[in-house]
Amino acid sequence: MALLEVKDLQVRVEDREILHGLSLTVNPGEVHAIMGPNGSGKSTLSHVIAGKPGYEVTGGQILFRGEDLLEMAPDERAAKGVFLAFQYPVEIPGVATMNFLRTALNAQRKARGESEYSTPDFLKKVREVSKSLSIPQDMLKRGVNVGFSGGEKKRNEILQMALFEPSLCILDEMDSGLDIDALRIAADGVNALRSSERAMVVITHYQRLLNYIVPDYVHVMAKGSVVKTGGKELALQLEESGYAQFEDA
Amino acid sequence: MPAVQETVDRVRRIDVDQYRYGFETLIESEKAPKGLSEDIVRFISEKKNEPAWMLEWRLEAYRRWLTMTEPTWARVNYPKIDYQDLYYYAAPKPKKTLSSIDEIDPEILKTYEKLGIPLREVAILEGVEPPPGGEPSEQRKIAVDAVFDSVSVATTFQKELKKAGVIFMPISEAIREHPELVRKYLGSVVPTTDNFFATLNSAVFSDGSFVYVPPGVRCPMELSTYFRINERNTGQFERTLIIADKGSYVSYLEGCTAPQRDENQLHAAVVELVALDDAEIKYSTVQNWYPGNSEGKGGIYNFVTKRGDCRGDHSKISWTQVETGSAITWKYPSCILRGDNSRGEFYSIAISNGYQQVDSGTKMIHLGKNTSSRIISKGIAAGKSQNTYRGLVTAHRKAIGARNYTACDSLLIGDKCGAHTVPYVEAKNSSATFEHEATTSKISEDVLFYCVQRGLSQEEAVGLVVNGFVKDVLQQLPMEFAVEAQKLISISLEGSVG
Repeated sequence: MALLEVKDLQVRVEDREILHGLSLTVNPGEVHAIMGPNGSGKSTLSHVIAGKPGYEVTGGQILFRGEDLLEMAPDERAAKGVFLAFQYPVEIPGVATMNFLRTALNAQRKARGESEYSTPDFLKKVREVSKSLSIPQDMLKRGVNVGFSGGEKKRNEILQMALFEPSLCILDEMDSGLDIDALRIAADGVNALRSSERAMVVITHYQRLLNYIVPDYVHVMAKGSVVKTGGKELALQLEESGYAQFEDA
Repeated sequence: MPAVQETVDRVRRIDVDQYRYGFETLIESEKAPKGLSEDIVRFISEKKNEPAWMLEWRLEAYRRWLTMTEPTWARVNYPKIDYQDLYYYAAPKPKKTLSSIDEIDPEILKTYEKLGIPLREVAILEGVEPPPGGEPSEQRKIAVDAVFDSVSVATTFQKELKKAGVIFMPISEAIREHPELVRKYLGSVVPTTDNFFATLNSAVFSDGSFVYVPPGVRCPMELSTYFRINERNTGQFERTLIIADKGSYVSYLEGCTAPQRDENQLHAAVVELVALDDAEIKYSTVQNWYPGNSEGKGGIYNFVTKRGDCRGDHSKISWTQVETGSAITWKYPSCILRGDNSRGEFYSIAISNGYQQVDSGTKMIHLGKNTSSRIISKGIAAGKSQNTYRGLVTAHRKAIGARNYTACDSLLIGDKCGAHTVPYVEAKNSSATFEHEATTSKISEDVLFYCVQRGLSQEEAVGLVVNGFVKDVLQQLPMEFAVEAQKLISISLEGSVG
């Protein structure tokens, strides 16, 4: 069974239709890149999958392991294994990162009927993962993303991804605001999480990121739907020819 | 702002009254006849076996009260209170004279057990139980004075405190046993003429706690008073007096709850603190009186006068309050910074929801040289509530080098509530340095979405963000109570609060 099936999805924000009949199928183990110009609806797609309020689905459906995702509250989707790495992770002053991680992880486990992590087990896990992402321990004591650099914020997203072990990871513009070294660390973190059970949807403007996270499929989005699908070589072609050909179509 | 709307709607759908302390204890009680008159004042004084000077003091206050009018300047609305329609004294009927805690009416013991208040002399706040077989460690012990309606029913650890020279007892006993201390200090911070509610309290107060810490003594444990209103149509008028003599230190905490009732009940307390040279008093409040239901029916009118006098040089008084209950709150725990180099602090979290109205803040009155004060206020308004911070910072002519820092932050949840900040700042000498910062923000939809995407429910997300918002103040509470307060905040926001 496909992990994620988006079928003929139509989405409006206020009076404007953003997605006009978008379809996408993602199987476990696959990495899909979604590329496209600004305003093509890439971020809208990621938000609708994760359940962000403010979008009206006027047609089509989204199935996650055959279940109707649109019927679920965003926190239920998270517990089922949908993870969105934000383009702009928010700051939560006064809430220590460590506390946030534990609260979220245990909320997900509880929703799945699993036991909560004990403190030593949790700490051990966080230490392992944060080490592999070069996240210093004192960063975890600070408020969630408060005073973090762009690179630290992105690494914090990947840290959460590694901790929560979702089956679908959506990475929204992970490369924005990162210099080349920060990008490499982040991409290494993502690659370490690739597995035969886990799928990834990587949303990006630029081919650059796909040098580090090599996709199985590349989809080009323009004006609210997928206009072309190919292998990883499609990204390289786009780098040369640009998006204009699709926008004019 | 759909996410916020969703939270608000969700909260609205939840069964309104999640107030956990709304039960009533069925117990026979002894009441004074309804209404207020000189006879009632005499009745109360007689019940307490008070000396003649105390009765005179009360009567003087009562006569003064008759000439006063209820203040109307606060941003709160309530129907006129009929002061003749209240009971001014109610006490659980004693079966016989009590000599130990085991003789307290089991119904009352059960009540406190249900409330999680330790009346037996063991350290048993949630999560801080002593190791199996082990003695509770010194710093974990908390001495409790339990006030049930108008009387104190138990005070724990009295003997142990006495060893250290600390007097901790119901004020009614202190009036009889330590008249020299009570006469010297009672009304010296909040005079009987102070304001309508304080004057009323002076006439009819029935019990409360008395603390005296002798020179140079660091009180060996936390002291706390737990107030419970049980009777119907009864006002609670407690009076607390804490004196920290030269070079001493005491940390004191009060908590309060009441049954859920459709009528409003009046609570008009007076708290006086006196800190002499180099002494420090830390006073913490977790106020959780019944707030009324989601329609705004019932709840406590919490009209309280709290004031501390930093009478000695280098003295310090610190107020920390977590206010989540009451239909209406009217209280301004204040500091008179009389001694040179004295310091006043006010840390406040005030949460309002449903139809609750909060008008609270502080006064820092700088009289001595090089006095300093700090005010951190966090107001959180949800539902249809109104939350006002009202504060006064003033420096007298002679308060050379006075310094104040004030930060007032308000957080709004939903769009039907209001947050207001009314700061008064007066400096009568040019050497004073006063800083004031204020912010008002709405709980951001993006932050909530981020949290729910990570698996938290909307309510958990709101609770988390709010706890982060108030963290600076929570840190000021004694550790055990910080945990309690944090839970209380989450509960307030789950239930009757949005």
